Amino acid sequence: MLDATQDGYTTADGRKIGGVVMEMKNITLRFGGVVAIKDISFDIREGEIRAIIGPNGAGKSSMLNVISGFYVPQEGEVLYKGKPRPQMKPYQVARQGIARTFQNIALFEGMTVLDNVMTGRLNKMKTNMFQQGLWKGAAEREEVENREVVEKVIDFLEIQNIRKTPVARLPYGLKKRVELARALAAEPSLLLLDEPMAGMNVEEKEDMSRFILDVNDEFGTTIALIEHDMGVVMDLSDRVVVMDYGKKIGDGTPDEVRSNQDVIDAYLGVAHD
Amino acid sequence: MPDQLLFGMEVFLNGLMAGVLYALVALGFVLIYKASGIFNYAQGVMALFAALTLVGIMEGQVPFAHLINAVFGTEVHHFGWHLPALVGIILTVGVMVVLAWLVNTLIMKHLVNQEPIILFMATIGLAYFMEGLGDLMWGADIKKLDVGLPQGINGVIDTVTYDIFGYGFFIDNLDIWATVIAAILVIALMIFSQYTKQGRALRAVADDHQAALSVGISLNFIWVLVWSIAGFVALVAGIMWGAKSGVQFSLSLIALKALPVLMLGGFTSIPGAIVGGLIIGVGEKLFEFAIGPMVGGATENWFAYVLALLFLVFRPQGLFGEKIIERV
Repeated sequence: MLDATQDGYTTADGRKIGGVVMEMKNITLRFGGVVAIKDISFDIREGEIRAIIGPNGAGKSSMLNVISGFYVPQEGEVLYKGKPRPQMKPYQVARQGIARTFQNIALFEGMTVLDNVMTGRLNKMKTNMFQQGLWKGAAEREEVENREVVEKVIDFLEIQNIRKTPVARLPYGLKKRVELARALAAEPSLLLLDEPMAGMNVEEKEDMSRFILDVNDEFGTTIALIEHDMGVVMDLSDRVVVMDYGKKIGDGTPDEVRSNQDVIDAYLGVAHD
Repeated sequence: MPDQLLFGMEVFLNGLMAGVLYALVALGFVLIYKASGIFNYAQGVMALFAALTLVGIMEGQVPFAHLINAVFGTEVHHFGWHLPALVGIILTVGVMVVLAWLVNTLIMKHLVNQEPIILFMATIGLAYFMEGLGDLMWGADIKKLDVGLPQGINGVIDTVTYDIFGYGFFIDNLDIWATVIAAILVIALMIFSQYTKQGRALRAVADDHQAALSVGISLNFIWVLVWSIAGFVALVAGIMWGAKSGVQFSLSLIALKALPVLMLGGFTSIPGAIVGGLIIGVGEKLFEFAIGPMVGGATENWFAYVLALLFLVFRPQGLFGEKIIERV
């Protein structure tokens, strides 16, 4: 296992992984009497694909919500880019460069795909309301620049042909892709994906896996993802955190995790005697 | 041309002008409903409150004068100044922004994710509170509001129509101004919603809260912004109604006329609010003109509501509203 003091490591396929971007220290999250996350620590390093896995109800989504600021843990510390992060609202976390997708797709259904992806750029716009209203000079240049980034993302995820389609009309798999596009448009330093493959058929899963790998490869985006499909996780990720009943039971490369007895027990069940 | 037809045309034009005023109030409802799903019963009272505040500031009235005098035994009523309309309007906009912030911070923020009926009840409470506050701050007497808009019959239209038809149309200057200002307001709102960052954020929040948060939009900021804009629209409506018939507490009742307008136009459509307002305005004036004498008049009181009822039966989403689709 890696320790946080290390500068980084090189993956099996030869990619250089950098220093720690996000570090979770002894996080405990309770809902009333229910302990959703119990004293968990792990880190996410620059440029890696980090997976959080575990059986249903293990606390994976809760963990992602802690990272993105939707939940506030009762104990523990979140370090972002080496600095302790004060308690923040989700929108403030997003402005710090952490983008996310949701398990149950949260898109702006009434808007077109293009408009949806453009919202990912909202915080990059610096001109004021009146300049934008008049649509001249700086505001126009800014819009064009942001639009270029968005078009690049749209091209990259191969959704050019549905650019002008209202999101509500799209099938599930494409909606997931649009959500990924919106998150990418923000050029995040950390991208959180909450079950990006949930509810997809095999073909869609393969597409999504390819996109995740390509995003990481092309833009060097650091990705943390939650996934149920073990096969997918093991193929995609560089390092895996395994959770069960709110506790961390394993952390390491896919191979290390696969041979971990606790993990095998959690997934396959173990006889209680 | 026969006199009846000419008179009918004049009634039609006056109906359009009245419709603009209905549309202005309805617009405030639509804005808040679109952005936060709240049906703001207090919109009409906001128009009243804005108009009261504007008169109060322009005339240099001391707010809460009665209360202050009763408690401290003083005799203050006026600061003794008279401010120009523009300064008064700018200050009133400031008051409406503060009010928007208070409404969001003290009420709406704590009711996030509640049932629509609960939010609606909250705005009913807000309406009565603001009516009382307006009374307490500025007094209950009918006030004259003069922001310098021209009033009275438009001479040009009168002369031109007389030359052509031999019958001069009576069109009030104030109504013409109301139409122009409403048009500018609507265009500005459209530009805001389509081309500015805040407008985009507003549409995003209207659609999905979680998603909006995840792209870095502050919900509170947007809600305060929406209530501020609704406050501004209320001020414009308040000025127009106030200039026409004086600032009085029955002004808050015009909010009720906005309901049929919304049922016609749809609760989520800005153009719908405009068209709905015009249809109601023209409809009730023409109906009164054509049918009124046969049934003993006063049809203006109920025409709008009956029309709205018909719409509820045959087209519940209104003319421009989003289609109601239930998936099973």
